[in-house]
Amino acid sequence: MKSILLISLCVLNFGISHAKDAVPLADDPVTEQRLISISEEMRCLVCQNESLAGSRSDLANDLRREIRNLIKEGKSDDQIRSFMVERYGDFVLYRPPVKPITWLLWVGPFIILLIGIAGLLTYLRRRNSAVSNITLSAEDNKRIDALLNSKEDKGVL
Amino acid sequence: MKAKFLIPLVLFIVLVIFLAIGLNRDPHEVPSPLINKSAPAFEVAQLSEPNKSFSPASMKGQVWILNVWASWCVACREEHPVLVELANSKMAPIIGLDYKDKREDALAMLTRQGNPYLLSAFDANGRVGIDYGVYGVPETYVIDKAGIIRFKHIGPITMDLLNRKIYPLIGELQKS
Repeated sequence: MKSILLISLCVLNFGISHAKDAVPLADDPVTEQRLISISEEMRCLVCQNESLAGSRSDLANDLRREIRNLIKEGKSDDQIRSFMVERYGDFVLYRPPVKPITWLLWVGPFIILLIGIAGLLTYLRRRNSAVSNITLSAEDNKRIDALLNSKEDKGVL
Repeated sequence: MKAKFLIPLVLFIVLVIFLAIGLNRDPHEVPSPLINKSAPAFEVAQLSEPNKSFSPASMKGQVWILNVWASWCVACREEHPVLVELANSKMAPIIGLDYKDKREDALAMLTRQGNPYLLSAFDANGRVGIDYGVYGVPETYVIDKAGIIRFKHIGPITMDLLNRKIYPLIGELQKS
């Protein structure tokens, strides 16, 4: 019984140390969690379609290490973000800040939406006015009633 | 009535113009926020003389070029003859920043291909590179007499870029 326990302990231990080799993590999960939440919002500059959290490029590794150090130094999320922006520009942020140069980026889709709505409204209005109002005489109404009734009787509908 | 049929055509042309501009731009060329800012300070050991250090402060008062390179970087090898040309012109000293490299590999490359650098600073762990916003070696910075970065180029510099941009810029900065 004791030997089985010993063996299983060894195996377990081996497993743990092996896992540590593969994924370099910060010592405490709180730091790691903050690192992930910050770096998920950032673009990896080498492979631009990946976030800093997900990228396996060398630079992303270095930058994650750097962010980890900044967290340990007690820097706030905003301070870490500005650390990155000072070096790589707004381009690293997946949510670019609102400022004159990005106004078009932020407002552009809504402008296009407004143009679309305006276009739709004028189209609908024009279509409505194209259908001319025809005033029906009493005789016309009678004929319409007759036609409707006769269809009903035949059980078409 | 005729104008109505032209609307899709106009939209199509606008789309083509946008695509033509968008697709001809290099998405890897991200405008650097460091332009017109002071070159970040650092102090690291030199490549060929590990017991001596280099700091950008020592270059104050002259126009100089910082070139980030590494022996493992293929584009740097491609760029190397252009740097040798630039060094031969004696327009401005070139300081190398050997980025995340092995000392012996880097020195071997310089003996093989020639050494255009006044000296190379040795950035073993890439920490200096982070301060300079390096993300694709080679990168080249032109720094003025006051230590302000005036120009940055990502990727290998070419003879064309040298003649068109870098030489005139150095000349202009030397005058001031």
